[in-house]
Amino acid sequence: MTRNCLAAACATAFLLVAVPATAATIFVSNEKDNTITVIDSETLKTIKTIETARRPRGIVLSPDNKELFVAAGDGDIIDVIDTATMEVVRTLDSGPDPELMAVDSKGDVIYIANEDDSLVTVMDIKSGDVLGEVPVGVEPEGMVVSPDDRYTAATSESTSMAHIIDNESIKLVGNILVDSRPREAKFTQDGKELWVSSEIGGTISVIDTSDWDNPNNWKPVEKISFEVPGLRPEQLQPVGMDFNEDDSRLFVPLGPANRVAVIDTKTKEVLDYVLVGQRPWHGEFGPDYKKYYVANGLTNDLTVIDVDTLKAEKSVPVGRLPWGVAIMPGKPGE
Amino acid sequence: MSIGIGTVSAETKTPPAAAAPAKADTDGAKAAAPAGDKKTMRLFYLGKKYDEPLPLSYAEEVVTDKGIQGAGLMLKEANQAGNFIGYAFEMDEGIVPKDGDVVAKAKEALAAGNRFILADLEPDDLLAVADLPEAKDAVIMNIRSSATKLRQEECRANIFHVIPDFAMRADALAQYLIWKKWPKWYVLRRDTPEDQDYAAMIKRSAARYGGKVVEDQVYRLPPGARNLDSGHQQVQQQIPLETESAPDHDVVWVVNSDDDFGDYLMYRTSRPRPVVGTQGLQATAWDKSYTESGAMHFQNAIPRLANRKPVERDYTAWLAFRALADSAMKSGKTSPKAVKKYMLSDDFKLEAFKGQALSFRDWDQQMRQPVVLGGGTRVPVSTSPQEGFLHQTNLTDTLGFDKPETKCKLK
Repeated sequence: MTRNCLAAACATAFLLVAVPATAATIFVSNEKDNTITVIDSETLKTIKTIETARRPRGIVLSPDNKELFVAAGDGDIIDVIDTATMEVVRTLDSGPDPELMAVDSKGDVIYIANEDDSLVTVMDIKSGDVLGEVPVGVEPEGMVVSPDDRYTAATSESTSMAHIIDNESIKLVGNILVDSRPREAKFTQDGKELWVSSEIGGTISVIDTSDWDNPNNWKPVEKISFEVPGLRPEQLQPVGMDFNEDDSRLFVPLGPANRVAVIDTKTKEVLDYVLVGQRPWHGEFGPDYKKYYVANGLTNDLTVIDVDTLKAEKSVPVGRLPWGVAIMPGKPGE
Repeated sequence: MSIGIGTVSAETKTPPAAAAPAKADTDGAKAAAPAGDKKTMRLFYLGKKYDEPLPLSYAEEVVTDKGIQGAGLMLKEANQAGNFIGYAFEMDEGIVPKDGDVVAKAKEALAAGNRFILADLEPDDLLAVADLPEAKDAVIMNIRSSATKLRQEECRANIFHVIPDFAMRADALAQYLIWKKWPKWYVLRRDTPEDQDYAAMIKRSAARYGGKVVEDQVYRLPPGARNLDSGHQQVQQQIPLETESAPDHDVVWVVNSDDDFGDYLMYRTSRPRPVVGTQGLQATAWDKSYTESGAMHFQNAIPRLANRKPVERDYTAWLAFRALADSAMKSGKTSPKAVKKYMLSDDFKLEAFKGQALSFRDWDQQMRQPVVLGGGTRVPVSTSPQEGFLHQTNLTDTLGFDKPETKCKLK
């Protein structure tokens, strides 16, 4: 209660000072419309709507923010958008049904979940050459490259596992059983933990990765579940996951619960549930980590959450059935 | 026919477009799996080639391998998962001819040590198998029969029901009709045991949710051939006559398990009324146009194995196998007793493209699950339970027999 009062006071103070967030450009994929909505973070106005191949879901920026990769599941392709011109300039032949992707820190290699083929495709970004394919469990989805680029973790939704790929040999080196329908995986910056959200299991598994050289020994050590008075357990479905800048907080869109959970990553406790639009899927922090933007799949909008006050400040209309969010600093072409 | 790991015969039908995994580096997967000491779970698919009526609509494909293809898919997927963490799954298949002795086949399978049975059987055969002394410790998964007695008076401790029963189907449609404010239902049906069962459940749903069966009418005209040279004219004349004397109603609820007249009703009834039931808008565990919550995976995977679209029984067979495989891998045990215990525990949360975890009701061992409303429509219309139908523990328990009304005494 005290904390909430403080938060309210903070909110008032914040509005009075009205510090503008750093200018940024927000990209939102619209699964139904086959488009990417581009939003100016200062005005929160749509500056462009980019047409893509069919069913765009996962979107990810290159490390230098010059390119945006869009996984178009029904187009069986990845559209590459030049973030300066905001045009689709080339495509990557991803293989069937790409859903989520991860790019290594150098921007050389992209790891693609081919949902329909139970494969992770490893591709050279410049040439589009396939460097390897790794068979994983059924319906791979979540993809993340470790901070040191050594491993890629892929979740398989139907098999309920996190698969660990050694990026040098492009081979599977670990498989960790988690709760039902794992959607996303994220490493902590210190490389000590891998967090995995399980949508249907309704939990987040924290996997101890401190034995960094031996992914076969990585084990789930803690499980975080959710509870909101008045909501049924099956509505609490963690999907996306985003750490803040120092990994002290994790923001988790909870799907049918219409909320974003905020977790203290040290205590593993849920600090707050922020009410947003309906069926939030994925979100992203702004470049200065002062705002969190989450795409609401059923209400066709993007909710802006203030990170300090944990208040939903504004809702911005986007296309139909928004799914993924990516954010780059500055304005297009800057 | 015996199906071992990765040797599903239908796999040879894989279309070229899906050949991508062949070039994949499978060494990686092998390297990651513990060698040698795999835990093995063996399943038996027990069925009988019952006569099934031809669909009235020529547009409906005649499917002769319902169910087994879904089980074959899960065999592949369970091994794909098990391979990573040291489990193996095997499935044998025993489908007897329509005049064959399925109980003898069951005895044979049980004598060979099988305890996990996917039962593609009608109620009498299912009970005969379940009541064999040697089946006492078996785990039998009902993937075929919607008969309510199997969940009520005739329930058995060794049978788990994966397919929704008629009570769940009637409730799923009833909730939607009440939500639409279409509470007056004209029931038009045949009089087979299935139809009687379903019709009784519609009346039960009406009483539960404030609907009203304005009349329960048995359709008079006998079934006949489905493709007719003489054309549609007679039917066009007959259906208005058959429906004009009905009291005022909002929908026609057709109950026609044999599928010999239901599809004739749409656009032909005396009054302009939608048709729901066994034709028209149906309550089903699977619909061939359902794409939500990852369902595209199943929609794409079955055609690769079977060269046809999935039907409901493919889904229930896949789901039954999945329930067993998931329980084995998550509990770490493959004994029938341990698997059964896990399936009835709170830890059992099965993902199966319905947007929420599926589990079993402990009072009658019926799988609780959302039910898709589609079937006779080109796109799914909805999924029940509907908004506003509340339950103190599980919203899905608003569909079918809830604990207070169960007549099941599991022994």
